[in-house]
Formats: sequence, C-alpha cells, structure tokens
Amino acid sequence: MAGYTQGSGRPNQWLRNLNAKIASVPMILTAVVIFLGGTIWTVVYSFTNSKLLPRLSFVGLDQYERLWDAPRWLVSVQNLAIYGIFSLIFSLVIGFVLAALMDQKIRFENTFRTIMLYPFALSFIVTGLVWQWLLNPEFGIQSVVRSAGWESFTFDPLYNADIVIYGILIAALWQGTGLVMCLMLAGLRGIDEDIWKAARVDGIPMWKTYIFVVIPMMRGVFITTLVIIASGIVKVYDLVVAQTSGGPGIASEVPAKYVYDYMFQAQNLGQGFAASTMMLITVAIIIVPWAYLEFGGGRKHV
Amino acid sequence: MSDIVAFNSVADEAAPQAQADRVIAGPRGRKPRRALSGRNIMIYGTLIVVALYYLLPLYVMVMTSLKGMPEIRLGNIFAPPVEITFEPWAKAWASACTGLNCDGLSRGFWNSVRITVPSTIVSIAIASVNGYALANWRFKGAELFFTILIVGAFIPYQVMIYPIVIVLREMGIYGTLTGLIIVHTIFGMPILTLLFRNYFAGLPEELFKAARVDGAGFWTIYFRIMLPMSLPIFVVAMILQVTGIWNDFLFGVVFTRPEYYPMTVQLNNIVNSVQGVKEYNVNMAATILTGAVPLFVYFVSGRLFVRGIAAGAVKG
Repeated sequence: MAGYTQGSGRPNQWLRNLNAKIASVPMILTAVVIFLGGTIWTVVYSFTNSKLLPRLSFVGLDQYERLWDAPRWLVSVQNLAIYGIFSLIFSLVIGFVLAALMDQKIRFENTFRTIMLYPFALSFIVTGLVWQWLLNPEFGIQSVVRSAGWESFTFDPLYNADIVIYGILIAALWQGTGLVMCLMLAGLRGIDEDIWKAARVDGIPMWKTYIFVVIPMMRGVFITTLVIIASGIVKVYDLVVAQTSGGPGIASEVPAKYVYDYMFQAQNLGQGFAASTMMLITVAIIIVPWAYLEFGGGRKHV
Repeated sequence: MSDIVAFNSVADEAAPQAQADRVIAGPRGRKPRRALSGRNIMIYGTLIVVALYYLLPLYVMVMTSLKGMPEIRLGNIFAPPVEITFEPWAKAWASACTGLNCDGLSRGFWNSVRITVPSTIVSIAIASVNGYALANWRFKGAELFFTILIVGAFIPYQVMIYPIVIVLREMGIYGTLTGLIIVHTIFGMPILTLLFRNYFAGLPEELFKAARVDGAGFWTIYFRIMLPMSLPIFVVAMILQVTGIWNDFLFGVVFTRPEYYPMTVQLNNIVNSVQGVKEYNVNMAATILTGAVPLFVYFVSGRLFVRGIAAGAVKG
C-alpha cells in the first residue's frame, strides 16, 4: 500500500516501507530470537549434560531417562494431571452454570459479576497465601467447624500428602472461575434471542434447550476457554510456591517448579531443560489440534 | 403488534401461573414476574451463596489483619475482631522480616512501582506501534513474524527463561531493573500487539488513506490520527499490563537480584520465611497490601477490566 515511490529507477526492496520495518524490529527480535531461538536452544541443550553452565556435550536421551526415573518428576506430572483434569471440568461446569444463572435477566448483575471476578485481579501469590490461611488446620476452617461442635471434623488438605493437590485446586478455582463465567456469559449473550423464543414456543424445557441447543452453538467459546485454561494449567507455579512450597515433602510439586528448581537452585541445567521441553510438548499436544481446527482444515466444515 | 400479542399468548400457555395477569393492550418487553417466585428464589439464592463464597477469603483476610495475635489463637477466623488494631498493618508495611532484611513490604512496593511503571509504558509503546505497522503498513513477512509471536504466547515461560538469562547476561543487564523491564516487554508483546492490531484494523480505512493522500507518513499518522482515536484501547492495555506485571512472581524471582525483588516476591518471603513465630495477622495485612493495587485498578476500571481480560483471554 505504501510502497509505490515515484521517481527514477526501481526502489530498493529493503527500503520499501522502511518505517514499518524499523517499528517492527522489537517484534521480529522477540519472535525470532527469543520465542523461536530460545525454544530451539532449550530443546537442543536438553540433550546435553549441562550442569552449572550450559555445555554442548551431547548425551542423547540421558536427561530424559533420568527425568522419568525421578520420583519427584513423576509426582509432579501426576499432580499436574489431577489438577488439570479437575480444574478443566470444574471451571467449565461452574463457569457455565454461573453464566447461565447470570443470563436470566437478573438484577444486580454487575454487582454479582464484580464479586465473582475480583479474585482474578489478584496474583497467585495472594491467592495461595489466603487459602493457606483458610486451610490452616489449627486456626482455619477445620478449627472453626470443630469448635462449633463437630469434634472429629478433618479438613487439612495442605498437610495431607494424599489430598494436598485438591487444596491447591480449591484456591485455583476460586481465583479462575470468575473469568470462565465472564467468557461463557459473553458467549451466551451472543446467542440469538430467537433461538430461545423458538424453544419456548415448542415447549422445550429450559435445561434441555441449554444442553441440546445452546451449548452446541457455543462450541467456539468452549474451545477457546478450554485452551486458555489448559495453557494456564501447564504454567501453574506461583500458586504452589505460595500455598505449599511443594510440600508436604514433595506431595504438591508441579513441573514448572521442577524446572525452576533444577535450573536455578540445583544447578542441574540439563534436567531443567529436559523438564521444560516436556512442558513444551504437553502444550503442543493441546495447542496444535486446536490451532488446526481453528485456523487450518477445520474452517471449511464449520 | 398483533403478531407479538399472539406470540406472547402462545408462550404463556406453557406458564399457566401468568395467565391471569396478562396485559392485552400491547405488552412491551418480557412479562412481569412475581418477585418471589420459586425460580427467582433459586436463582438469587444460588448467586448469593456463590457471592458469599467468593467474598469469604477477602473478609477473613481483613478480619485477621485487624486482630492481635492472642485473639487469633483463641477465636475463630470468621469472627470480627473484638479489639481492632492497626499494628499488623504498620508492621507488614515497615518492619516485617524476610530472612534477608526487615524492611517489610515497603521495599517491595517501591520496587514493584519502579518495575511496573516503565514496563507498562515501554511495552505499550512498542506493541502499539507494532500493531499499527501490522494493521496499516503490512510488509512482506510481517504476518509470519506475527504468527510466531502469537504461537510463542502459548510456549511455557520455563522453556524460554534460560536463553533470556544468557542474552541479558551478555548484555550486562541480568539482575537489573532494565533487564526485568525488557522481559516484561517481551512477554507482554504477543497479547498487546494482537490487541492493537485488531483495534487499528477496525478503524475506518478511509481515515488512513486520506492522511496518506495528504502526505502524512508513518509516524505522523500514528501520532496525529491513530493515537488520539484509540485512547480506550490504550486504557485497556494499561489495565492488562499493570495488573499482569504487578502480579508477576516468576520473572521477578528469576531476573532480579534480591534488592530489586517486586512486592509479590517480598510478600512470599515474608509469609513463608521459616524462622520466628508465625504472625498471621501481619501476614494477612501484607497479603491485602500486595493485592490492593490490582484490586484498586479492578474496582476503578470496572467494565474496561472485563473488556481487557476478555480481549486478552479470548484472543490470546
């Protein structure tokens, strides 16, 4: 659009649109050097036995074998799986139900939305610390219920290795469901009012309309929300650091924390690189099919 | 009009309780409902319970922070304080210990301000010009770089952290505030660029063309036409960045030295430091203080926050 310069001779290809190119230098550097280059660099170095400093002495898949032999990594992956599956299910279900309730032309909609979304403005550190306090067995919810008369009541997820990940899940859901609700509400508002009228004329009960008509129509919103939640799940780090520091023992470790600890504390870079490459693969498994459906071959069918 | 009346009466057949009070002459909007129908009780009841659940942690935080330690040891966390004290707040701000220092949160607060303000400005400045170039001055390869950038937004930070450490170390700014500002600019870029690109692409093209005909160049159009027309999107971007950067923990830990730790890191170090007796009231006061800035932004910005988040979330 801007490249047509008048005057003699062919304009230099590189000088066309020069200002736009200069303005895009930070983006190009970020995209190529950091995002692309950095990722490739990490993947390559995950095949080396770098310890304190990165060294190019390749050891094949050694780091990965060591990784998948490490109990701490296995616990991390298992935790991430439990946390991931449950937070996907719960945040989608709770988010949708809340959005459906909010969509009933209620009063005080803004107040309710403000209340449900405010945790999302808080950091994971703040979230983790609040819930650490609420779930404190000596003073928190457990002690309150006990002093109300139910002496044997036990609710100490943060101190019980078997269920600690659910304690983190509670905090994560508190923080994140408001956002899901907002996205779903936007999706519901996008549904044509005539659909509802038609369903009412046909005498279809409301819950049936939701399940068989509205939800299938909101496919796009659901998929987008799913991708957002899923890519957030893989990154979960600060919440665990604040709430449990990975404890008790290693019971609430997650992959992102494993990477950080091995890179910056245990000074075992190779392990950190291998673990982060596994994280990358996990994200790729989630993103690639979605990107394909959204931008690739799927478009023709939708 | 008669069609609408007919339609309404058909619809009402399914809801017999409303038969009696149907208005014949041109009803507008939905039929009025009784305020205390079973349906309403269920909806509002559920929403109120949910709202209480969401508010509970905030309530407990505030209550705990206003109590003295003896009262916390005796009473339950939901009870309001018998004797209100602001000492925990003062201590959290000025003299709580992290194991490294005993300056309280104030140090972290000012660090966070020194990180957030320049990071927000730099990242928005760069991303807005970027988005503008992508929307109006497309050049060969621009889309490719942009695609890499957007795909990169999904890559876990852990994958790219170490290469960035090396780059910053080579530049001699690893551990400094400058380094951290660059990191925030890098990781804010995908979503902000997308935000601005979409916004500028949505502006009427005639404006741009007219300016071109009048001989305005790249920067003139940006500063004289695009910028003044896009204040709302700048506000949205600012909200997104201020809350995002203020709440960041990982980059603060990785890319700065302890004397530059942002507030979130300082908070975590205060609360989770092992030595000494746990002072829960001070911890909670510190937690509220750290959450106060993004909460303030959230409550002041209202709908724009939702818009920013939705833009960030849906497109990102």
